[in-house]
Amino acid sequence: MAAALRTLLDGQDIADPVMVGIYTGGVWIAQRLHQLLRLECPLGTLDISFYRDDFTRVGMNPQVRPSLLPVNIEGRHIILVDDVLNTGRTIRAALNELFDYGRPASILLAVLVERGGRELPIQADVVGTRVKVARDQHIKLHGPAPLRLSLVESARPKV
Amino acid sequence: MDKRNLQLDDNGQLRHFLTIEGLKRQLLIDILDAAESFSSVTEQTVKKVPLLRGKTIVNLFFEASTRTRTTFELAAKRLSADVLNININASATSKGETLLDTQRNLEAMHCDMFVVRHAVSGAAHFIARHAAAHVSVINAGDGRHAHPTQAMLDMFTIRHHKGDFHRLRVAIVGDILHSRVARSQIHALSTLGVEEIRVIGPKTLIPPEAHTLGVHVHHDLRAGLRDIDVVIMLRLQHERMLGAFLPSEHEYFQLYGLTEAKLELAKPDAIIMHPGPINRGVEIDSAVADGPQSVILNQVAHGTAVRMAIMAKAMQRLPSPPARELH
Repeated sequence: MAAALRTLLDGQDIADPVMVGIYTGGVWIAQRLHQLLRLECPLGTLDISFYRDDFTRVGMNPQVRPSLLPVNIEGRHIILVDDVLNTGRTIRAALNELFDYGRPASILLAVLVERGGRELPIQADVVGTRVKVARDQHIKLHGPAPLRLSLVESARPKV
Repeated sequence: MDKRNLQLDDNGQLRHFLTIEGLKRQLLIDILDAAESFSSVTEQTVKKVPLLRGKTIVNLFFEASTRTRTTFELAAKRLSADVLNININASATSKGETLLDTQRNLEAMHCDMFVVRHAVSGAAHFIARHAAAHVSVINAGDGRHAHPTQAMLDMFTIRHHKGDFHRLRVAIVGDILHSRVARSQIHALSTLGVEEIRVIGPKTLIPPEAHTLGVHVHHDLRAGLRDIDVVIMLRLQHERMLGAFLPSEHEYFQLYGLTEAKLELAKPDAIIMHPGPINRGVEIDSAVADGPQSVILNQVAHGTAVRMAIMAKAMQRLPSPPARELH
C-alpha cells in the first residue's frame, strides 16, 4: 500500500500530503503508512460518529473521540485511510466532515480491504487486498498491535 | 412515577434529562466524553454537525434567562436542528391556554424536543410525563429543584482542569437553600465519586436537611476552604428570597465573599467557579473573579458542547438488536 501510494503521490506531484485515519481501524493502518511514507505533516484522525446517516436508528457511538486535524486542510492534499471499504457510507461521512474543516485540494482514499456491498458510488485509489464475502459476513480488524483481520458472521440486520 | 424510569427508555438509554438524581455514573461519564468531542466542532470552519438535521427543538422558557436559552439555542443549531423560541409571556398560556394544551399543540406541529425552564419545581417532569412517545424533554432549570445541564457543564469544567474526580474536595459556597444548581451539583459530584463535598454559608441559606445529601456543612468560610481543590461560588437568589435571610450584602461579603486573602486557605491550584451571573463585591471580589484561578469563562465556553452532548444522547433511539457497524 505504501509503495502504491508513493507512486500515486509522485505521479500527481503531491509533495506534502496530510494523512488522515478514520477511527478505529483506519487510524491503525494510517499510523503504519505514515511511518513507511515518512510524511512530515503529523497524522490526523477523524471520528465520523457525528456524521453517520443512521444516527436515528442506531444512536450515538458510545466511544466518540474528538477528530484531530493537525493543520488547516484548506487547499491541502489529503490521504484518507480506512480499514474496510464496504457500503461506502463511512467514507461519505468522512468526506462531509473533512469539508466542514475546509476545502481540500484533493482527497485520495486508501483502504486495507475492499469488499463488495457498495451502496454509494465510492471507490478506493489504493487497496491492500480485495475479498469477496457474503453480505451477512463482516470483516473486522483487530489491533493496534499486532494487526489482524478476521471474518465474522453477522446476524445483525442491514442498516 | 419513578424519576429514573421517566428519564430512561426501555433500552436504558437517556430519553429525558430532568435531574442528575438517580442517573448512573457511567451515563454521566458518557455525556462528559461526548461533550469532549463536541468541543472540537467549534474548531471546524463549519461549526455544525448534521446529527439532528430535520429535528425541531422548542425552547419553552416560562422564566427569563438570556444566557441559558442562548446556549441551548446555539447547541441545537450546532447539531443542525431547527429551533423555536417560544415567548411564553406573549403566548397562548397568557390567553388562558393550559400548559398541557400548549404542549399538545407543539407536538402536533411535529416538534421533537422541549427545553423547559420554569419557576415551579417539577414543571419539566410534568411535561415529560405527558410527552408523546417521540418527544424528549430537557430541564433547563425548574424552581429550586434542579438545573442538571448547568451541573454537567460544571462537572465538565472540573474534569477539564482537575482530571479524575475521586481525590477532589469541592466546596459550594453561598445560597444553597434557593439554588437548584447546588442541588444538581451535589448529586453530580457524589455520583462521580469526589472525596468530599462541603457546603458553606450562613445558617439561613443552608437547608436543615443538607447533611442528608452526604455533604459536610460549614458556616465559617475560612474553615471550609481549607485544602479545597474546587470552589463553586453561588449567586444570591434575591428573587427567590421571601424573607430576611441576610442582614446586608455588605455583611455577607465580609463573611462569605471570596477574596484573594480567603482563597489562600484553599489549595494553591484550586479553581474558582461560578454559574453566573456574578455579583461582584457581593459573592466574589473582582480580583478573584478575573484572577488566574478563575475558570468562570471556561464554564460558559463549555456550556454549548455539554448541552449538545445531552441533546444528542436524549434524541438517539436504539433499535433492538443494534445494527451492524458502518463501513
